[in-house]
Amino acid sequence: MKHPEQWDWDSLRKEIPFASWQGQFKWVEEPQVSPDGESVAAIVNTGEGEFNVCINGATWETPFEKIWHLRFAPDGRLTAIVSDSGEWTLAVDGRPWENRFGYVWEPRFSADGTSIAVKFQQDMRYGMAVNDAAWATTFANMTCATLSADGRRSAAAVQVADFGEADIFAFQQGTFSAALDGKPWERRFVNVWNLAISPDGRKLAAEVRLTLYDYTIAVNGEPWGQTFNCVWEPVFDPRDGSVLAPVRQAGQWTLARDGSPAWERRFIQLWHPVFSPDGANLAAVVALSFGNWTVAVNGTPWRSTFNELVSDAVFSPDGKRVAAIGKKNGFYHIIVDDSVWPQAFDMAWAPVFSPDGRLAAARVEKKGKYTFAIDGRLWNGQAEAAWDPVFSPDGRKILFRTIENGSYLRRVLPVSEIAG
Amino acid sequence: MHDLYAFVRGPLAWAAFGVFIGGSLYRLLHLLMLVHRKEKFIYSYMSWKYSLRSILHWMTPFAAVNMRMNRVLTVVTFAFHLGLILTPVLLLSHVLLWEESWGLSWWTLPDGVADVMTVIVIAGCGYFLVRRLAQPEVRYVTSASDYVILAIAAAPFVTGFLAYHQWFAYEILFILHILSGEIMLAAIPFTRLSHMLFAPFTRAYMGSEFGGVRHARDW
Amino acid sequence: MTESASKDKSKQLDEGLERGMAALTEAKIEKAINRVLTGETGARLKAYVETCIHCGLCSEACHYFLSHDRDPRYSPVGKVKQTLWEMLKKRGRVSPEFIKQARLISSTQCNLCKRCAMYCPFGIDVAYLMLVVRRICHLLGVTPRYIQDTAHSHSVNMNQMWVKEDEWIDTLQWQEDEARGDLPNLRIPLEKEGAEIMYSVIGPEPKFQAQLIYQAAVIMNVAGLDWTMPATPGWDNSDMAMFTGDNELMGRLKRVHFETAMRLKVKKIVMGECGHAFRSVYDVGNRWLGWRMPPIPIVHAIDFYYDLLKTGRLKVAKKFEEPVTLHDPCNVVRGGGLADKARYVVNALCENFIEMHPNREHNICCCAGGGVINAGPPYKMVRIEGNRVKAEQLFAVKAKGATVLITPCHNCHSGLEDINHHYHIGFEIKFLGDILYEVIEKPAG
Repeated sequence: MKHPEQWDWDSLRKEIPFASWQGQFKWVEEPQVSPDGESVAAIVNTGEGEFNVCINGATWETPFEKIWHLRFAPDGRLTAIVSDSGEWTLAVDGRPWENRFGYVWEPRFSADGTSIAVKFQQDMRYGMAVNDAAWATTFANMTCATLSADGRRSAAAVQVADFGEADIFAFQQGTFSAALDGKPWERRFVNVWNLAISPDGRKLAAEVRLTLYDYTIAVNGEPWGQTFNCVWEPVFDPRDGSVLAPVRQAGQWTLARDGSPAWERRFIQLWHPVFSPDGANLAAVVALSFGNWTVAVNGTPWRSTFNELVSDAVFSPDGKRVAAIGKKNGFYHIIVDDSVWPQAFDMAWAPVFSPDGRLAAARVEKKGKYTFAIDGRLWNGQAEAAWDPVFSPDGRKILFRTIENGSYLRRVLPVSEIAG
Repeated sequence: MHDLYAFVRGPLAWAAFGVFIGGSLYRLLHLLMLVHRKEKFIYSYMSWKYSLRSILHWMTPFAAVNMRMNRVLTVVTFAFHLGLILTPVLLLSHVLLWEESWGLSWWTLPDGVADVMTVIVIAGCGYFLVRRLAQPEVRYVTSASDYVILAIAAAPFVTGFLAYHQWFAYEILFILHILSGEIMLAAIPFTRLSHMLFAPFTRAYMGSEFGGVRHARDW
Repeated sequence: MTESASKDKSKQLDEGLERGMAALTEAKIEKAINRVLTGETGARLKAYVETCIHCGLCSEACHYFLSHDRDPRYSPVGKVKQTLWEMLKKRGRVSPEFIKQARLISSTQCNLCKRCAMYCPFGIDVAYLMLVVRRICHLLGVTPRYIQDTAHSHSVNMNQMWVKEDEWIDTLQWQEDEARGDLPNLRIPLEKEGAEIMYSVIGPEPKFQAQLIYQAAVIMNVAGLDWTMPATPGWDNSDMAMFTGDNELMGRLKRVHFETAMRLKVKKIVMGECGHAFRSVYDVGNRWLGWRMPPIPIVHAIDFYYDLLKTGRLKVAKKFEEPVTLHDPCNVVRGGGLADKARYVVNALCENFIEMHPNREHNICCCAGGGVINAGPPYKMVRIEGNRVKAEQLFAVKAKGATVLITPCHNCHSGLEDINHHYHIGFEIKFLGDILYEVIEKPAG
């Protein structure tokens, strides 16, 4: 697919019939839309035990016995997990991979979409396959898979030693490790969870449990010198490759860097640490007190707090702004740099920043109708379904992808029309 | 004898009330500070409505299933606690002391009624003692301290009753009565008599959890 | 130390306890006890211990006590005496054997049903105190083997039955295929972002009781609901870590569960007929994470069915005819206030409903919950003999004519099956969903 610069930012409105597909097939599943908004697709049932994918009204050449998990990759390729004669694989734009497996699930994409990874099971052994190339080593069990942002490295927590049924003692000796591109660390742990691959692809960090009680972070198989009551997902500092992770001590959470406290403040909860693209800032979701949630940026919490949840903290491309979702008394709100937009929604999706970071927009839903909010103002349209808005590279236009009155609509609007 | 009387009536009374009030405040404050320090989340579940609902239910005779299952005990418990608190507060001779020292006075019980209530409290203590000894599940969890606090609660009433009726050595009994009352006051914050202080809080917490979170009754 | 009644009962050795105990030293014990009693606990423990007047009034609440001919060692306060009081009195200087006994008492002679909290004049929560004991035993590595294994499964797969990720999805797709025999266009929508409902179940459903997923799928499809099930870990709402004392793992499980719902952007989580899982997601696990209430509302199956029947989204074609009775599960009735709604559902589905007594908040426990059944075969008779009064209660309602016993909870189900079988009561035991599935109007297949 073309780079956003080359997308059609001039046609104000394109329409593709969708509801009418219902008549052509036994049933049509929930639609997916391409990042550029030019395609709408859905899994369709064409008869007993026969499925296909319909994209812009045309089906893939070959049907499959089963199809599920239809998703567009960030580069616009359309992927689905497909099965024929009991074997499973991934199909990309209708063409199945050459590798077939006992089972395939959880496809994930590199940031640009050029790499696609899946988890697979073959003969009760587990591994990952990236771009149709399976790991050379497979394992008795595998969890917490991840793919590096550039798509070159894949990793997962893997079981490297066998233990008998209900053999709790063998398990507690440590039967798990983490594998990078299928190559496990030498060291074993009781548990390995939530892996992170360093930006240069050379380091793998993970949460580990050394015993049933001692948690820490291991980097390339080497645990930090300190242990904690609990830890959450590690992140790599993009600038120096050090590792940060939330750690729990004496009932309170803080952020640690390479094992030592990095933030002074303690929180009731602290998770989802996320670095700005330039690595200069770090945001995390925190609970300041019981049932009192917000975002902390570089350790300093926002003033606006939410009694139910805070999620989806995202940085602007320039790393200077942060947006998130908060839920209070049953309603969702959008917060950008500690200022809460005036509307309350039944659901809100992660906000999206314009390339220059000046504007933020989000897909929102109220009473079953979807619309978009830009900088605290609502678009006056309403839709039956919607996908995340996309800003044009110059930040002056915005792409809305919706389903309205049974048709898929691709709209390009000047941002000024909504944001003023 | 007079000196002893003056001592228990004067400095020791001051001390007893001081320990009772100061100690109670200390214990309650300490508990609340502990909540604040380690279990702050409790505050967020406390509800006046459900706290009071629970407390009132458990202050009403036979309002809880367990009270109906133990009818005699329920009658004894309510009569005992009413007598234990009301008799000393509303006794004419106690109020006269308050008036003499502080010029304060209030409505009092007729002496005959107070006398009956005193007997009820003493009988209640007897009932609790027998229950402790005779009922296996109570006996099993009974320790020496349980007998001690029962004795502490009974003593002012026994001595008061004897002194009032001027049986045995009145003067000694009178002093012993004051002394045992003072011991009881001072013991409240620092023995399990402190259930008097803590019960409203444990009840309120359980009432709030059951009512506000679990939408269920707690009686 | 007091000889616990459990000692003579559990002839079968539990390796989890034996080997755990063998690895203990008194210093280690003292450290763990003091970590919990002075570090992790606070005002509640203090107030409960100091307010308890040793009156024994909680005894009447406990099915173990009643079933063991009022043996005081089985009364709630008796269990506290044998465990916490001793630990407090000795400031943690107790023996490894004591810890093993404390584990047996807190984990196999108490179902944490909280009935006793309703019988204590002060509202002292003995279940909480037993959880404190369990926490100490967990930190000391003295845990019944089978439930520890379950906790290990939770830790690896985020479900309690060692169900691997592909097996879960495969099971859903298999049940979807099967259920298409009932409704040809039926779907179990996987990973449908933005759906109204995420349906979550407990590990044993895909492992042993896949027909429950089938039934739920039929109910969802007949009612025309916008629902989804996750194709990632986080689908299991159960939580044995809550019962072993592994609070950190409990938090991890609940985080995965709620964040899966948050990722799928659902409005609510509907859960199957499970009691302990409701307690974990609604009341306990969320708190450990700092969520005062569930961040995504939790709807228990009883509540869900109630809503579908009340609003007419499901219609009953022909009521269930056999006389039924209802066992109120502690975690959703005493812990969730669903007694009235359960009765509404039963009456809507069945011709003839006969109450057992006591009922609602005062119902007698199944003796399986609180992780006791998960402690495994060594404790089967502990559960059955410890709940003779349940059998008596069931015989009484059977004498009134009930032949089918409904209980909307997995643990109650399994526990009552054992009691039903052992005492030859002769009930057929069903979930609400079994009957709902049977009696609702379905479009012709």
